[in-house]
Amino acid sequence: MSTRIRESRGQEMALTAAVAVVIVLLSLLPMLRLVKEIVAPGGTVSDVAIKAGLASPATWIATWHTLVVGIGGTLLAVLSGTLVAVLVSLTDIRGRGALVLCYVMPLMIAPQVTALAWLQLFGPASPFLKLFGAAPPLGTKNPLYSTSGIILLLGVQYGPLVFLLVRAGLRKLPRELVEAARAGGAGWFTVLVTIVLPLMTPSIMAAAALAFVSCVGNFGIPAFLGIPANYLVLPTLIYQKLAGGGPAVLGETAFLSVLIGVIAMAGILAQEVMSRRRDYRISSTSLPAEPYELGRWRAVVQAGMWLLIVLVLFLPLFGLVLTSLVPGYGIALTAKTATLDNYRFVLFEHDAANRAFFNSFWLSIAAAFFAVVVAVPVGYLIAWGKQRWVRLLNLSVELPYALPGVVLAIASLLLFLRPIPLTGIQLYNTVWIILYAYLARFLVLALRPTISGYHQIDRALEEAAQVAGAGLFTRLRTIVFPLVAPAAIAGGLLIFMTALSELTVSALLWSSGSETIGVVMFSFEQGGDSNYAAAMSVITVAVTFVLMLVTNLLAPYLPSGVLPWRD
Amino acid sequence: MARLSLDHVTKSFADFDAVKDVSIDVADGEFLAVLGPSGCGKTTLLRLVAGFEKVTSGEIRIGSDVVSNSGGSVAPEKRRVGIVFQNYALWPHMTVAENIGYSLKVAKLDKAVARQKVEDALALVNLQGLGERGPANLSGGQRQRVALARCLVAAPSLVLFDEPLANLDVHLRASMEDEFSAFHKRTGTTIVYITHDQAEAMALADRIAVMDHGRLAQLATPRELYHEPANEMVASFISQGILLPADVLTGEEGGHCKVRVLGTELVVRCRPGQRPRAGAKICCRSADLDVSPDGPGFDGIVKRVIYQGGGARIEFAPAAGPDLTLHFEQPDPVVLDSGAQARLRIKSGWLIPAGTAS
Ligand SMILES: Nc1ncnc2c1ncn2[C@@H]1O[C@H](COP(=O)(O)OP(=O)(O)OP(=O)(O)O)[C@@H](O)[C@H]1O
Ligand SMILES: [Mg+2]
Repeated sequence: MSTRIRESRGQEMALTAAVAVVIVLLSLLPMLRLVKEIVAPGGTVSDVAIKAGLASPATWIATWHTLVVGIGGTLLAVLSGTLVAVLVSLTDIRGRGALVLCYVMPLMIAPQVTALAWLQLFGPASPFLKLFGAAPPLGTKNPLYSTSGIILLLGVQYGPLVFLLVRAGLRKLPRELVEAARAGGAGWFTVLVTIVLPLMTPSIMAAAALAFVSCVGNFGIPAFLGIPANYLVLPTLIYQKLAGGGPAVLGETAFLSVLIGVIAMAGILAQEVMSRRRDYRISSTSLPAEPYELGRWRAVVQAGMWLLIVLVLFLPLFGLVLTSLVPGYGIALTAKTATLDNYRFVLFEHDAANRAFFNSFWLSIAAAFFAVVVAVPVGYLIAWGKQRWVRLLNLSVELPYALPGVVLAIASLLLFLRPIPLTGIQLYNTVWIILYAYLARFLVLALRPTISGYHQIDRALEEAAQVAGAGLFTRLRTIVFPLVAPAAIAGGLLIFMTALSELTVSALLWSSGSETIGVVMFSFEQGGDSNYAAAMSVITVAVTFVLMLVTNLLAPYLPSGVLPWRD
Repeated sequence: MARLSLDHVTKSFADFDAVKDVSIDVADGEFLAVLGPSGCGKTTLLRLVAGFEKVTSGEIRIGSDVVSNSGGSVAPEKRRVGIVFQNYALWPHMTVAENIGYSLKVAKLDKAVARQKVEDALALVNLQGLGERGPANLSGGQRQRVALARCLVAAPSLVLFDEPLANLDVHLRASMEDEFSAFHKRTGTTIVYITHDQAEAMALADRIAVMDHGRLAQLATPRELYHEPANEMVASFISQGILLPADVLTGEEGGHCKVRVLGTELVVRCRPGQRPRAGAKICCRSADLDVSPDGPGFDGIVKRVIYQGGGARIEFAPAAGPDLTLHFEQPDPVVLDSGAQARLRIKSGWLIPAGTAS
């Protein structure tokens, strides 16, 4: 009897221990290393690093810029995302599914691709504007190389994020709360302003915090739009320092990355405070309210929505495709000049681009595969585990993703600058350090859907297998994994799409031989070869589209909300 | 105060009729209860009156105004109806006073006047001094009273209740019933009150509309509903009426006729104009049954004896119709045991009118 108890306890302990090791390695270790670098550079506690960082005027300027574009981008994202969510959720406009798909799309496109696409649309070399002969003369400054350009694109990029959260909140709004107000004599607009929006405060605040963290940590957009105008935010300042100074300036950048982390956390704290000022808890559940009938305004609103989508999605992508077909900078696109040479060049001729495709694909596949394999047991412990402390796990897995990517990248550098103790293995300057950062950063993208998958499964299914005599590992393999597999795999596919054209982390971690698609795209653009960058972007966007279609096949087996673009 | 009339109202969701050809006239100042099993369309009916749903066909009038017909619908905010929901639907981000004063604020009433009205409404529902609380800090009964005050403050012409007491415990329910009743007497407001609790409906309402699968099964006073059900559904739904097959032997005379039930002949009450026919049904209540060891009646077997304190409920299967179950109460000392032979007599009953078998 006692051996059998020990046996079954043993499997559970082994699982818990394995999960704990993974979490410590991927989440706690890098964060602790980073903190140590700040408070105790070189091993002894001192405030040298902090003082040095604070003394530099560049720090202050970049912090100011970060706050400006962070707050501006957040405001734009919150306004547009909330407006679209209200129109889509509360009115009777038609074609909701298609609207949601198209509006959420920018979220699936890497920020630097968004930046590139918009740049190609408005620049003096714009093949699109040249189609109408409306391009500004060569040599004119692209209007997007500016603070407002950065804010605009951050708003476009993260509006969908706000939309998704607010829409989820609106779906849970019980119709009685709206109807009681209408019976009290309030018209639709009054209900919206006095009841609906105030009740959505927690969703809107949470969305604003998320958008703020994303804007503050974004690298792609300020890198493409800000660096040419010498407008530096903290992530791009870190990038420039590292690119110029190498490992020697690592301590300095560590301070800057913690500064980003602190700004991001301040945003999250502000949200907490704002949503606690009043009671917003909705206690009842019911059907959602009947959609408001727009009547003759419906056609107008619909046209407005599609115009918005054409502006933020189709036009930029169209501009990107046009640029990728032009043989060189500033040449107008005609049937004669159109060429596929750019594609041939990046796919077959340019060595670094070749390597980048290879690296990014296998890095993304490895990160996705690893995350799926790890998400199942971690999700098991978090969703069904009996120990309370396990819930802390969830928090520590969220951390590397919640914090801006730059923070994790710097932490990884610090962690692996020197060979790993005892083994002597060197990860610095290899592709493996990128893999490590990807694993740490993206695990949560697979974990979240997996946990919601667990919450939908009747635990009795596993217990039946237990009664039938199956041990924990057997159960995980034969019962649990097949049940949560669709959710976990959908999470894996999300990771693949995100990692494929990732730039923030790899921009700081790459070395010759370990380039990623994002890095090569960035260097093409910096070198003025927008056509090659555009060709690479078009390829990754196409791959993302195809993967979205493939992932859609899983949709019937997924908890709702796992695939952001499905309504 | 206003009259409410529904005229052949039908509401379909896709191809499912939630409310089907319902016609009801509610008089000015009347208290109408709508009663029916779950899913029969009560809430839908209420939402049609309030204007949250549009009628598929038919017409609804409040006072002398047509508010809904297939041509269009007056917006809910223009109907001047008050509504109290089962889940209270208090706005969590507003205090009790703000909740109550909402419609006054929307109507842009003078602030001082509005404050006074809110105070009055609070007093009306016995919640003086709770104005600054949040709804989350109230008990269920208090929340229901706030919801009531909120709908009354705008002096609606018609008040709709959707199972307002369903979430409260038994004692609170009784005291709220008294309050609703007192409120109705005092204000004379027209009320449509939805419930699935028969006792509540009978205690409060002037008339009761019984609904079944979206149709109006019967609209009558509580007394009539109990004694003279119009069809089998109402007969069995109200107070667990017992339905028995019967042959009508004589035509109606002075409100009565002779029927044969389970092999015995008896006289039951009936509607005027009933004619002799086979395959009819009579309805009787447990109080109409009597154990008669050697008088006239019919034999059968006691199937079950359920002791209920002070007496027992006895389920009885007659020999002439072993599939039927009759039930009646027997006070202590209970002498019947399950399996025992017994002889029953039906003292009186009601002939379900012809042509209404459901
Ligand atoms: N918006 C809707 N769409 C489709 N079907 C609906 C809708 N609202 C109600 N129904 C259906 O109409 C029928 C009547 O619903 P209703 O809510 O009116 O019942 P009810 O009598 O109030 O029931 P209960 O006593 O359980 O509250 C039900 O079968 C319900 O499923
Ligand atoms: Mg109902």
